[in-house]
Amino acid sequence: MLKEITAIIRPDKLEEVKNALAEIQCKGVTVTEVKGRGRQLGVTESYRGRDYKVDLLPKTRLEIIVNDKDTDDVIDIILKTAQTGDIGDGKIFISPVDDVVRIRTGERGEKAV
Amino acid sequence: MDPTALNSGDTAWMLISTALVMLMTVPGVALYYGGLVKKENVLNTLFMSLIAFAITSVIWVIYAYQLAFGTDVGGLIGNGANLFFNGITSATLAPLAPTIPITIYAAFELVFAAITVALISGAVVGRMKFKAWLLFVPLWITIVYVPISHWVWGGGWLAKLGALDFAGGTVVHLDCGIAALVLCIYLGSRKDVRLLPHNLGYSVIGAALLWFGWFGFNAGSALAANGLASSAFLATNTATAAGMISWMIIDIIKTGKPTVLGAITGAVCGLVAITPACGYVTVTGALIIGFATSFFSYYAMTWLKPRFGYDDSLDVFAVHGISGLWGALATGLFAAPFINSLGVGLFYGNPMQMVWQLIDIGTVVVWSGGWTLVLAYVLDKTIGLRVEPEEEREGLDISLHEESGYRI
Repeated sequence: MLKEITAIIRPDKLEEVKNALAEIQCKGVTVTEVKGRGRQLGVTESYRGRDYKVDLLPKTRLEIIVNDKDTDDVIDIILKTAQTGDIGDGKIFISPVDDVVRIRTGERGEKAV
Repeated sequence: MDPTALNSGDTAWMLISTALVMLMTVPGVALYYGGLVKKENVLNTLFMSLIAFAITSVIWVIYAYQLAFGTDVGGLIGNGANLFFNGITSATLAPLAPTIPITIYAAFELVFAAITVALISGAVVGRMKFKAWLLFVPLWITIVYVPISHWVWGGGWLAKLGALDFAGGTVVHLDCGIAALVLCIYLGSRKDVRLLPHNLGYSVIGAALLWFGWFGFNAGSALAANGLASSAFLATNTATAAGMISWMIIDIIKTGKPTVLGAITGAVCGLVAITPACGYVTVTGALIIGFATSFFSYYAMTWLKPRFGYDDSLDVFAVHGISGLWGALATGLFAAPFINSLGVGLFYGNPMQMVWQLIDIGTVVVWSGGWTLVLAYVLDKTIGLRVEPEEEREGLDISLHEESGYRI
């Protein structure tokens, strides 16, 4: 069984999370710069006396495919390194993956992760 | 020293001043405006200033200089002799500044004309057709700028009357501010009227270049390397700094936080307001003019604009129109005869100066506003003034120029 872990984190936490994941031999990760909002609904900016609600904030999205048994370890690492305790720390989504194919060799399933 | 022979000190200073003022448009105004727009319009915004400089440069040497600064005809216009600079040699001196060559005098006046029209672009960015801008620039210079600059600086009727405008409070700033207001009202609002700068750092660099170049603009308007130029230099810097500080104070009072955009906006307001006054007022006068001007422009931006609902994209009217207006009035108040014998203001016992200033202001408002409206109407009915809705949505860089500012 394979799982996809999608984590939306603070951009400035990326290095820390990436390095901590590498230490537990979780090397493969896809990183995207994204924008989004959560319950806080963004921040206010002020230009020439007028206030603007900037409701989409820059975040970083990590996509990691892991074997089922490693899922909790990876989530623990992300929690430990990406957490500040303030609003805007982000979220982690976990979903099942049907299959994985390594394009170079054609290997499938857990061997391809 | 012979006042009608070439003076190498004066000439050297005017060469430098002219290059300084050129820097104000390209890239000063271009960057100042470019940073404030959304990233899909950055190239179009930069381009409007660049091309305004190029177009003005060409028509200026062909005919515009000759009409603005040629021998006066009835106080209204120059005689237009020496088209294409035919008949002018490297030894010909400027009739209105006989210690420098006519060629550098013409170039100095050229860079003023170019920045005046480039400044207008700030009010209309994000929705004006580029091709319409290409026609607007030469027409506006010819019909609006050339006569006004002749009346005030070329020996025309406003100069003879006694109106004071050392470096262009009415000729440049009120002029472009009124044109900007009329043109943006004619064009109508953008779909997205928010002012969310895509790269405020550009604007800081642009404003800094404006401040630097403005020493050429104001101190150069003495047309000589002398005490008056030095006095104008210090007055300019003083008013600019005061404008920056007072805007920051307003920001802190109004929102609790100082803003960088507020600080550079205040600095530009200070520069604009001291422009007509710099060669007439004391340092104390400059402090008051600079400190007060941010209040007027801030009010125009945050009260007048929302109240009347016009979409002056980058607040050209509030900054240049209102601070230019205040500067022109303040010149009539603060002009001190011991700084410049040509100017005696109300506070030094000459209330009539305020009348000449008001006539100058009224003339510029009517002439610039009226003709800009006519030009906008004619261009709109012939080639069209405004881009298509989908072009505006997509961003003008891609839809008008097939380029994009960023590939990151």
